[in-house]
Amino acid sequence: MSKDQSLPPNQSTAVFLDGVSVIYRVPMEKIASIKEFAIKKVMNKLKYRQFHALNNIQVTVNKGEIFGIIGRNGAGKSTLLKVISRVLYPTNGRVWINGTVAPLLELGAGFHPELTGMENIYLNGTLLGHSRKEIDQKRDEIIAFSEVGDFIHAPLRTYSSGMNARLGFSIATAWSPDILLLDEVLSVGDTAFREKCQKRMQEIMHSGSTILLVSHDIDIIKSTCDRAMLLDHGQVVSVGAIENITADYKNLLDKGETG
Amino acid sequence: MNIPQYKEIYDSANSPGPAVEEIKAVLRNKDLMAQLIKRDLVTRYKRSVLGVFWSMLNPLGTMIILSLVFSRMFDMRGVYPAYILTNYVAWNFFSQSTQFSLNTTLWGSDLFHKIYIPRTSFILSTVGTGMLNLTFALVPLFLILLITGVSIHLTILFLPLAVLILAAFALGFSLLLSTLVVFFPDVNEFYPVLLTAWMYLTPIIYPETMISDVLNGWLLRLNPLYHLIKIFRLVVFEGVVPSGMEWLVAVIIAVITLTAGWVVFTSSNKRFGYYV
Repeated sequence: MSKDQSLPPNQSTAVFLDGVSVIYRVPMEKIASIKEFAIKKVMNKLKYRQFHALNNIQVTVNKGEIFGIIGRNGAGKSTLLKVISRVLYPTNGRVWINGTVAPLLELGAGFHPELTGMENIYLNGTLLGHSRKEIDQKRDEIIAFSEVGDFIHAPLRTYSSGMNARLGFSIATAWSPDILLLDEVLSVGDTAFREKCQKRMQEIMHSGSTILLVSHDIDIIKSTCDRAMLLDHGQVVSVGAIENITADYKNLLDKGETG
Repeated sequence: MNIPQYKEIYDSANSPGPAVEEIKAVLRNKDLMAQLIKRDLVTRYKRSVLGVFWSMLNPLGTMIILSLVFSRMFDMRGVYPAYILTNYVAWNFFSQSTQFSLNTTLWGSDLFHKIYIPRTSFILSTVGTGMLNLTFALVPLFLILLITGVSIHLTILFLPLAVLILAAFALGFSLLLSTLVVFFPDVNEFYPVLLTAWMYLTPIIYPETMISDVLNGWLLRLNPLYHLIKIFRLVVFEGVVPSGMEWLVAVIIAVITLTAGWVVFTSSNKRFGYYV
């Protein structure tokens, strides 16, 4: 517990990561059999290479902020979201989170093709951490927003991929979470539905939710975020105002191209 | 600026320990289990004509086959089918729950990589589904008890307790197995073999007296399922209330296995993401 209000985590902190590392152990050599494994294990000759997917990450995200996480492919952006959504427990460091976290990374997680749209609303909703009662309240709204109409009572295998995505989006965004994790800006379906998606995302952004947006697209980060963090090779290159970060990112990309 | 108030705080540095944390998470997501059980029941039989009746027909079919094959070997007069079915229903619950738990841990991992869900919810719901299937299987079981003239005894009132003890053991064992399979995937291939061996080492298709003197009786005594299935058989088939000692042994086995399973699984939980 923090006694000092000026030091994070405090009242206005949404996410606080302190020295967070995710280290995978990758075997150095190919091990052909259990026998070989056992012998090497006993003789303590198993060699591993340590791979730092995230290395000593230090960051504080404030409540209500739209915070960008930018970096090249393999920089550790998605791993960072996994740590914050608690899918991955860090090897080292402290994760402190205030609020409900909704990862909008994969729409329709756990959808079952044999269940009806309605049954899938309840299944997907509870998987996202909502209670039956909460889903009861939002059910009609979800169906209306998804525009699947009478298909809501048909098994999901009869849905077009567009309907599937629309239903997934409608469930995932029916509630405004405290902290929203986004891997690229979300919009699904045809042009008309995309506009609806964007409107819904705007609503969530203005409802007091904290948003963490991951992207390798500098323009998206620039146009949506207040502050950002630049990651490279699992390490924080810089954190701060969006202008500085985009400049740093451009430098990094230039350096990468020449060197 | 007006600071919004968010309710829950998660702090990895200030945790009540993985075992307690997991219990809290399961309780917070308690509606999830009901949905998962519903999904398993509905989707399992969705495309079949007889649907959920298969939960009743399957054990019945196995009983008929085993009775035809073995009834000449073990002289139990006309009650042999009822004897087998009683044991088999209990055994089937255990073997299916544990095997499905293994599959959930291995193949459910796709979901675990995307969203945070307490993993034990999935194993709990697997055992829950097993209990429901067992309940369905009671219909043909009671029918066979009546037909073979065993009749249904008043001791049947102890059945829920017997099932609960067996379920606690199945849950604990599933958790231990699931932990093991994450680090050693070969367990998944080996377990069906172990199950076959286990079934033949437990008095299910043959009477207990047949092996009661093997290794001075230790073959029976060291087999946890022997004690648990016996309780089930005593109250369903024999019409005998288990002795205090028999209850005690069964409860101790179940509680120890469940506690061990819960602690081992939840404390390894953090490392699961690195393996599967």
